[in-house]
Amino acid sequence: MADRDYGFRTRAIHAGNIPDEATGSRALPIYQTSAYVFDDTADAAARFALQKYGNIYSRLANPTVASFEERVASLEGGLGAVATGSGLSAQFITFASLAGAGDHIVSSANLYGGSITQLDVTLRRFGVDTTFVRSSDPADYAAAITDKTKLIFAETIANPSGEIADIEGLAEVAHAHNLPLIIDSTVATPYLNRPIEWGADVVTHSATKFLGGAGTTLGGVVVESGRFDWATDRFPLFDETVPSYGGLNWSGNFGEYAFLTRLRAEQLRDIGPALSPHSAWLLATGVETLPFRMQAHVDNARLVAEWLEADSRIEKVYWAGLPGHPHFERAQKYLPKGAGSVFSFEVRATGTQSSRAVGQKFIESVELASHLANIGDAKTLVIHPASTTHAQLTEQQLTDAGVLPGVVRISVGIEDPEDIIDDLDQALTEATKG
Amino acid sequence: MSSEEVQTTQLSNGLTCDLPASSPLAKLLKSQRTWVGPDAKQRLAILRQAKSIAIVGASPNPARSSYFVGTYLLQSSDYRVYFVNPNADEILGHKAYPDLASLPEVPDIVDVFRKASDIPAVIDDVLAIGAPTVWVQLGIWNQDAAVYGESKGLTVVMDRCLKVEHARFHGGLHLLGFDTGVISSRRAGR
Repeated sequence: MADRDYGFRTRAIHAGNIPDEATGSRALPIYQTSAYVFDDTADAAARFALQKYGNIYSRLANPTVASFEERVASLEGGLGAVATGSGLSAQFITFASLAGAGDHIVSSANLYGGSITQLDVTLRRFGVDTTFVRSSDPADYAAAITDKTKLIFAETIANPSGEIADIEGLAEVAHAHNLPLIIDSTVATPYLNRPIEWGADVVTHSATKFLGGAGTTLGGVVVESGRFDWATDRFPLFDETVPSYGGLNWSGNFGEYAFLTRLRAEQLRDIGPALSPHSAWLLATGVETLPFRMQAHVDNARLVAEWLEADSRIEKVYWAGLPGHPHFERAQKYLPKGAGSVFSFEVRATGTQSSRAVGQKFIESVELASHLANIGDAKTLVIHPASTTHAQLTEQQLTDAGVLPGVVRISVGIEDPEDIIDDLDQALTEATKG
Repeated sequence: MSSEEVQTTQLSNGLTCDLPASSPLAKLLKSQRTWVGPDAKQRLAILRQAKSIAIVGASPNPARSSYFVGTYLLQSSDYRVYFVNPNADEILGHKAYPDLASLPEVPDIVDVFRKASDIPAVIDDVLAIGAPTVWVQLGIWNQDAAVYGESKGLTVVMDRCLKVEHARFHGGLHLLGFDTGVISSRRAGR
């Protein structure tokens, strides 16, 4: 082991992938197996009781998945990681490990829609109450905390509003109440921001997006700092005897490794959203080029946002890298390389057409950008909420829901920026005709 | 370790007392520690150079941390492992020795599972047999004892788990998705 702190690009390629002991394979091998043989009964017993490290069954751990986990943990500056089959399941096992019936979560209201329904519908049905905070002021989060609260949750760059979380301020509020701050950093990736460096305790990702990078593979990952003290009155489960693992005590036996060991040994065991080895291989390979892709994404995002802002057919551009955005200063602080490449813009109504109609025709006229419901692909992606996900709502209902009728969400890809802008230009021309 | 575990704590007036490890005062004082032991790379070197490890305070109870460490070392490492416990005859199928002086060899590392106030006496036993390194386990902290041990020429590791540290560099932690910090183009080895 060289006596050196390796850089981000080196770790993106090497972390978690020491050449295979058995074969010397330099590329990451795909261990496509559901289970693993034991040496003998003593070996099996020791693995099942968590007394030694070893593979049992791929729902709990798999060597290919482990490489992806270690790679992301290294890039985020975390103690370790647990990978899952999707970003939503990464969030779910995290929430399920910390909150139960009667408990409470304080969350940003500015979340991806699937995260909102997970908290507001499914977890609420299981007895976990969530207060959604509409402002991004840490004081408003503090005011929502009760003695039942188990965690604070927000997104680094909110999807699709482009709001930037004040991670440092939220961490202060959380820690003053012995609560962990959990940040979803899907849109930022560790290349643009590492929430643990700003005080977050747990970071979640939909790896489907920029980590994988090619829009091929679903996956999620939970990273933990190892710094949060879980053995307090807020989290009695960390300091109780665990009968299903031979009477161990998570904090007592595992110390700083308690959260992630429990997340894997209990939540992956009982809930089961494992990442497949082949998917882990695709995602781990994708991460190797993350620094280069993210730089290209934010470079293109800047060119596209500036071009849109200068265009008379556009009402407004919600990208925090523009000086007019309310979180411009915050973006400079937390995202100095660029405020991500997922943002919204609002098309203008014409003399004869509503902004909703212009948005709809714009989406139907793009020829390079793809009309679909995803972000973080190498390809430029666009969607018009008012004519898709929110199509059944009236103009008034759209406004009440915070989805302006002319708003288009774009995930700027890494094609030639002139080609992206040319496509947006011709689609706007088509949409505003007549 | 259980929640009633006590640790020897040095107060700001210089006196020491035993406090429950989970007490608010113990936690406050933990944040004010000044002794810093070997860093990760130095700990790896300690583990790589060692051939034999004695576990003082080894327990035959499967729920105890020392049993986890014993199981792990016997099954996942090539160390010669010795168990020291005057109240046990056998642990994990191996003879239990009454004290360090009874071991058939001088171990390279003495791994200690004893309450914090016992650490100075253990250090004297380690010095008496001439072992070079004392490794005080995760959750046990006695700063005065660490300083004393170092003043006598011992290498001291404290409040670290030998199993976790070994697994970090030998693949075990990697299997469970932890960041080992290991970057290498050479094949992994046991």
